[in-house]
Parts: sequence; structure tokens; C-alpha cells
Amino acid sequence: MGCWTVTRGLNTLKYFSPSTVEEAVEVLAAEPGAQVFAGATDVVPQIRSGKPEPESLVDLKKIDRLVSVADAGDKWVIGAAAPASHLTANADLVAEFPGMVEAAGLIGSDQVQSRSSLGGNLCNASPAADSVPGMVVNGARAVIAGSGGTRTVPVEDVPQGPGKTSLAPGEFVVEIEVDHRPANTGDAYLRLIPRTEMDIAVVGVGARVTLDDAGNCTSATIALGAVAPTVVRVPDAENALAGSAIDDTALDAVAAAASAACNPIDDKRGTIAYRQHVAGVLTRRAVAIAAERARNGGAS
Amino acid sequence: MALAEDTNPMQGFKWVGSRPIRPDGFDKVTGRAKFGADLVLPGMLTGAVLRSPHAHAEIVSIDTSDAEAMPGVKSVVTGADFPEPYGKPAEQDVQRNVMAREKALYEGHVIAAVAALTREQARAALGAIKVTYKVLPHVMNVTEAMADSAVVIHDNMITKNVDPAPEAPSNVASRTVFDGGELDKGFAEADVVVEREFTTKPVHQGYIEPHAAVADTTPDGRSTVWCSSQGHFAMRTYTSNVLGWDASRLKVIPAEIGGGFGGKTVIYLEPLAVRLSQKAGRPVRIVMDRDEVFRASGPTSGASLRVKIGAKNDGTITAADVWMAFEAGAFAGSPVGAASMTALAPYKLENFKIEGFDVVVNKPKVAAYRAPGAPISSFGVESVLDEVATKVGMDPIDFRMHNAVEQGDTATYGPKFPVIGFKETLQAIKDHPNYTAELGPNQGRGVASGFWFNAGMNSTATVNINDDGTATVVTGSPDIGGSRASMALMAAEELGIDVVSIKPVVADTETVGFNDVTGGSRVTLATGAAVVEACRIIVADLKARAAKGWDIEADQVEWVDGRAQPIDGSQPAVSLAELAKNWGRTGGPISATYSHNARGVGAAFSTQVCDLEVDPDTGRVTVLRYLTAQDAGRAIHPSYVEGQLQGGVAQGIGWALNEEYIHNDDGVMENPGFLDYRIPVASDLPMIDTVIVEVPNPAHPYGVRGVGEVGIVPPLAAVANAVAAAADRRITDLPLSPVRILDAILNSED
Repeated sequence: MGCWTVTRGLNTLKYFSPSTVEEAVEVLAAEPGAQVFAGATDVVPQIRSGKPEPESLVDLKKIDRLVSVADAGDKWVIGAAAPASHLTANADLVAEFPGMVEAAGLIGSDQVQSRSSLGGNLCNASPAADSVPGMVVNGARAVIAGSGGTRTVPVEDVPQGPGKTSLAPGEFVVEIEVDHRPANTGDAYLRLIPRTEMDIAVVGVGARVTLDDAGNCTSATIALGAVAPTVVRVPDAENALAGSAIDDTALDAVAAAASAACNPIDDKRGTIAYRQHVAGVLTRRAVAIAAERARNGGAS
Repeated sequence: MALAEDTNPMQGFKWVGSRPIRPDGFDKVTGRAKFGADLVLPGMLTGAVLRSPHAHAEIVSIDTSDAEAMPGVKSVVTGADFPEPYGKPAEQDVQRNVMAREKALYEGHVIAAVAALTREQARAALGAIKVTYKVLPHVMNVTEAMADSAVVIHDNMITKNVDPAPEAPSNVASRTVFDGGELDKGFAEADVVVEREFTTKPVHQGYIEPHAAVADTTPDGRSTVWCSSQGHFAMRTYTSNVLGWDASRLKVIPAEIGGGFGGKTVIYLEPLAVRLSQKAGRPVRIVMDRDEVFRASGPTSGASLRVKIGAKNDGTITAADVWMAFEAGAFAGSPVGAASMTALAPYKLENFKIEGFDVVVNKPKVAAYRAPGAPISSFGVESVLDEVATKVGMDPIDFRMHNAVEQGDTATYGPKFPVIGFKETLQAIKDHPNYTAELGPNQGRGVASGFWFNAGMNSTATVNINDDGTATVVTGSPDIGGSRASMALMAAEELGIDVVSIKPVVADTETVGFNDVTGGSRVTLATGAAVVEACRIIVADLKARAAKGWDIEADQVEWVDGRAQPIDGSQPAVSLAELAKNWGRTGGPISATYSHNARGVGAAFSTQVCDLEVDPDTGRVTVLRYLTAQDAGRAIHPSYVEGQLQGGVAQGIGWALNEEYIHNDDGVMENPGFLDYRIPVASDLPMIDTVIVEVPNPAHPYGVRGVGEVGIVPPLAAVANAVAAAADRRITDLPLSPVRILDAILNSED
């Protein structure tokens, strides 16, 4: 494990780079003020904008398990620190979960994509995190390590509100697990930003749809980002889709349910009314894309 | 590699009109160019600035004693370290803007500054400065500031140019009026009258390079300042004024500049760095963070406008009434005057009135931004013209052509136009395939035109011929848009030598004669003409030396393609290189300097057409096509002219669609970074198509007018007119953000 000490003005900052999960657990137990990071694409800007520096930083990228992306037979196992550029470059993963991977691929710029990760995006706990709705609709699970051993929870159980997670002190996310999708299933993620990139979602929508052989929806999952303190599932929209032919009537109900499920705020990025309306619009569009992908065997 | 491989010289010229690689290009693409923050001196300290967290507050007390005792801290300055404000009102405003005195007038206003061994120590010391504020009510826009009940920011501000003068102070610094003919008569003649109210938000110049300054003040009471600016002579004048020094005590060395757009014609950090350095006895560098750039530098005005225009059914404009109030920020000096002068300048008008108000608010003092003021007034006027054209059933280009000014017409701001190329820009748009491209559902096309004066002002150039046959061209005009390339091309044309043999240099305040700021699109015109004239003196000198060698009269020698030759062909031609090699035997060093106050400024016009699509369900705009046609007079380096045209449009589209200062109820800026202050990114824009119109300016040796600014004048209205067409309703408040557009679609009628 690498360890360096940097003196910065009045402060001393320690940097650790463990090479195994066990080493990381140990160093976090020994360093109660430590902050873990993957790509540091959130941590560094937060410190630069005035957030107090942690006493120590623990770099998780040197742990092989945290940066691997692998098909483990019954599921995908994606290292929590694997850069988004490795996800978007993995043709098999893209083919199976185009929506989830597109969402990860929207974060930041090309440069940021080389460092940003699913684990980092999840644990930064921004309500607007692009990759989270896509993981939620695909039933992704977070494998969490800590001094008490490992535990596995649904990803939506990790963020608890802006900047807050359910991780105990010393815990960190090791990997994201996603079961292979059923037949005739497609997913999609859409977000609204005023620009075309380098921006933060005003509304984000993940959708996953599974069809029967006749093209009717057997199940659907919808998750909204940026419209509440954490990702919001929309059961009314999911129920409206189940058993439907995903026709206009069903899509109207989906849009209305999504708008109703929002609990947004007025802020510099958008108004409550805007977010509610656009949540409906984007949900309708995302479901249509997911359904089209399901019809095409999931391909984009 | 050939430096000038892509040459495509203009008819009759060898170099002017070609596209060589810029002389400063290698250093810039390899990261070697030294910008404001790149200088490191031995023993240099890092400075940091304490800024007001309040939009408007009395400074009751400042206690720096704890900060001064902190580790690594070498000096601390406050208002007490500068002379009591003195001199002209505008000078006093700069003195108070650089360092707050009795009151903090906006969030970000400087309260104190610290120099320490490290950045962290300097920042820690800022936290230890104890400031007691008495927070005052604040005013954030012209409506609030002009209300009868408004808190008055400056208790000595009596509105100028109002008769009789008001007795009570207010937030209105001045009123300007331009008028002609009879408004009532003009509106009575109109078949169609359209009146609209508009608002715009403050927007920032958005240069990539933050402000930075290094000062090394020596015990003899002199200081050398390195800074990134649009004019180091101006920085010397302003900085010495704030310090209460004679200007000659300061030497200012220009750094490379990473964008200015008008926002680097003013000082912020330089006097702080000089005084911190003086107190510490060591060099000091201060570099703004991005949030400081937003909170404390720039921006340009937010504004409210009312525009009423009448026209006959044949398209003739009969009357125009324009009312504008501009935010000046915390001190007088918005560009409402220039906005008034440019508002109606493109059109022949008998009956008009343009009334403008300069209004102080608790925001940063506005700075010049690319054609200052003109985009704002043009937004209102060109939006209303678009509606008038529609109502009289005319194509918007035909309508403008019908009313367009040409040589000999009297401008609404007074003078008669000399040779101008406005109609040519209109025709260029009409002739371009973009103008007839098919539009789909939810797509719209918008047209707008714009005018900018351009400037001349003062420039000096020195040309030195080196004994290897090359030439050094020394000016004092910072290169913010490729002007070194233009200087080199004009010098190459005059001297008749390869452009790669010309080395253009931007020299410091003690190495070259005076140059005004790089602003007003003036450098290629004014500094360029000085370079041309200096080269002509050199050529005359070289001809005389050759004549002497041949023992003939100088007027019997001609200069052809870089060589002197007897007109009668009696001797073989002798090249500049050969003459240069023998300078010691022919009369000494070959050098010439030319200084002038440039006359014959060539006005600039631009006409633009924007095609875009509005998503009716989200309010998002996608710009599909954008075309700009601008009269450059003559393009010395067409690639950099095209770059200027495109850059102005890109900034204008940002202004129209998403850029805005957002303040909370406490007057604190909420978006001081590029994440939420949304300048367009590359993928937001299509390739911006350009047509360089060339109606040469007869007063410049090569016909140059100046190209930097007018391109940002039309985009606000061009985009707004296109949105109005696509969404089938007109939105008169900028920016045209998705939230605003969707709200209009869902909640308003056409």
C-alpha cells in the first residue's frame, strides 16, 4: 500500500493507496477522518470550493477488484471505481444495458469520463447523479465492505439525501452487481440539461421495460433523478405500463404519474413546475425508447 | 514545415489576405506562452483578497492584527493603505472599486488583501481578518433602483442631463437623449405600430484566463507589474492613479492574454499587488479564482427597454421611440450611451427619440464587453423590427434593405456615414443557401442586423531591420485576436519580404511608445496603420541608401518585391537582405517609429440569420444553422477574421439562450462558475457559417475597418426572432432558457 504525506499550508494531508479491499478496510479503520475516493471528480472540486479538507484520502483505484468490469455468469460485476470510459467501451455491457451505460457516459466531459465511476457517482449522493436512475431500474446492487465484513444492498438504499449515504464510517462500495436482463427487455436514460454536455440534470429519467412475445409490457421500472432528495421510483407509472401495449393511453398515464411523483425544489437550475412537467415528458420518451429497444432484443 | 503553406493571397497583394500560421502559435499550442499567472519570481509571495459577503453594507471596522501575526503572512492591506479617493469622479470610482472604503457596494467588493508564503497561509489569514459590517438594504435591478422608495447607494449622486437638475440624490447617474424630427407626426404616418418591453440580465465576458498580476516593488519606490490585460499603458495609468503615484514609477510588462472581450481594459488586482509587495519587500502574485472573476470583474449590464416602432405598409419606418435603463453596477458608467447611439444606427430615420438612463445597483461595476451596450439595444430594436416586417408582410431582409443607411446618410447619433457596407451584408445573407434552407416543424428562422462604430485612438509602432534581413515589428498592443499575425502580414506586404521573416513583438511600457488599449476593434486599423507607415519610412530609407550606392537621386529608385531597383533598370536590383547586411556602411541602423492618433475609422455592420428548433415539450433550443455576414473592410488574415465573426456569434448565442447572473434575495451570486453560468460548449453550436463582406475603408492603407465587436450585436435578436417563429410566440425577457420558453408555451398566448 502506498502512503504519502503532503503538507499544505497549515494542514497535513495523508494519502493512502491500498491494493486490496482488506488493506482499504484496515486503513479506514485506522484513519477515522479518512475520505475514500475513486476518480476524485467530485472530491477535488468540493475541496477547491471550500469544503474542509479531510485528514487523509484513500485512493481506491489501485485495487484491481474495484476497477474491473466482468460478466460473472449470472450477473455483471462492475468495480465501484471502474471509469465510465471502460463501461462505454465494453460492447457486451452496452448491448445489454444501453440505458445504464449511456447514463454513466453522460457524466462530465471526455476527460472526466476517464475517472468518473458508478461507485463515486452513487456515493457522492447528489440527487441529480446521472448513473443512479439507470442502475435502479436495472435492479443493481451495491456490495459494501467494512470492518464488519461485506454486505449487499440495492443501490437505491445507498444515497439518503444530498451528500448523505447509508454507509457506516469505514465502509465503502466495492462493486456494483447487475443481474443479466430477462428476454425482451430494454432500458433507457434521458436527462434535461440546458446545454448538450458538461451540465447537471434538471430532470433525469431511467426506464426499463420487459415485453411478452406479443409486445405487451409484462413489467416496467421507472426511476426519476433530480426531482427529490433521492431517486424516486414511480409505481403508478410502472403499474400503468404493466399489461399495456405501451400505447398513447398508457404513456399519458405514465407521464402524469411521473409528474405527480416529483418532489422537486425551485432553484437556479429549474422551477418546481418545470421539473414536474419535464419529468412527465422525459418519462414518456424514455419508456418509448426502452420499449423500442425491448422489441429489438434490447439493442439501442 | 513551411509556416505559410496555406497562402491564398488577395488580388493584387502577396501577403495581405493570406492565412499563415500565427507567429505566436507555436508557443501557445505547446504551452510555452506565459500568461498572467505563469510568472514566478525568486521570493515571490502569494496574495489573496478578502471580499464582501454582503451586497450593500457599511464597513464599521476592520481588524487585521490577528491576520498579520499568522504564520507566513508578510503583509496585509486595507483601504487605509491607499490615498483618500481623489481626482475626477470616474477616477474615484476606480479607486473605490479596487478597494472598498466606507461601504461595500456589492458582494465581492474588495475589503482587504494579504500576502503570505503560501496560498493556504494567505487564505487562512483572510479568515482571521475581523470585519464588522452594518448590512444595508440593497437594490439589484433598474426597476428597484429607480423606485421612489429605493435605498440610495451614493448620497452624492445627482442625475446628470436632467433639466432642472434634481435636488435629491438617486441611483440614476445620468440621462442621455438622441432625437430627431417629430415622433407624434411619425407615428401618425404609420400604418403599423409595434411596442414591446424587454429585459436582459448581466452577462460576463467569460474569458478563460482569470485576472492575474505580479508586482515587484523596490525600495526606491518603483514597481514592475506583470499582468494580463488589453492594454498595459492603461494599466499603468489606472494603477498609478489608485496608488497616488506618478505613472513613471510603474513599469508594466504585458503577459499573454487568455481572452478579454473588453473585460481586461480595467484594473482590479494590480494596485493591491503593488502595495502588498511594497509592504512585504518581496514580489507578490495574485490570481483570481473563477468565482472571484464572476463576483468582482466584468460583467456587462442587465437592462430594461421599451421600444416602439411605426412603419408604412410599404415598409418605410416612420418613427422609433426607444427607452432604456442600464445597470451600471455599483458605480456610474454603464454603456447606455453607446447603446443609444447604435440602437437605430443602421436605419434611415427622420423621427426618433432614444432616451437612456445609467443606473447604479449593488452588483459589480460593469466593464466593457464586445461592442459595449449595442447588443442590448439591438435586441429590443431588431425584435420589434421583426414584428413590424411581419405585419407589413415583408421579408425581414427586404424590409431592412428598404430602410438601410448608406454613404451620405445621417446617422441617428449625428455624423454622416462615409463608405459603409451595410446593404452588402444584407445582400450576402439573402444570396446564401442558408436563407432558403427548408425548415421543419417547431423550427424557426430569425434575422437581425447590427452596427458598431469601431475605434481609432493612439498607436505607436517601431520597425527594426535586422542584419540578417528580417524585421522586428514592435508595438504596444496586446494580441487578443491574432493581431500579431495581421501586423506581420501588413509589414511583409510593405517590405516585400516573407512573413516568416517578420517578428511581431508586444513590448512593455518602457520599450515602445504609447498605445491605447486593444479595444474598439481598433488594433488592425490603428496599430496596423502605424506599422504600415513605419515600414514606408523604412522603405524610403532603403531606397535612399540604394540610390546613394548607385549615385542617383532617391526618387529614381523604386521598391519592388522586397528589392530596390533603379526605375530605368540601369543597375541590378538589391534586396532588403543585402541592404540590411551593409547597414553599417550606408548610414547606420535601419529603424523607424510611427506614432499617430488614428483617423478615418471605418464603421462596421453585420447581418445574421439563425435557424433553430424549439422542443415544445421541454423548451430546449437547438441551434441548427447560423450564418453571419460582416463588412470587414478588408480581411488581412481571413482565418482570424472568421474567428472573430464566429466568436462574437458564439458569445451572443450564449447571452440569448442561457447566460445570466443569478442572485439570491440577499444579493449574493448563486452561479459564480461555468457549471451554472452556462456559456455554450462546442457541441451546443453548429459550425457558424461566415461571409466576409469587403467594402474597403478608404482611410486605411489596406481598407481595414476592424472586425472584433459588431458580430455580437445581432445574435440576441436573431435568436429571439427565431424562437418567436419556432414557438409561435414572442418572449421578450432574456435569457431564453428552457424554463422560460416552456413557461411561455404552456402559459401564454401568441
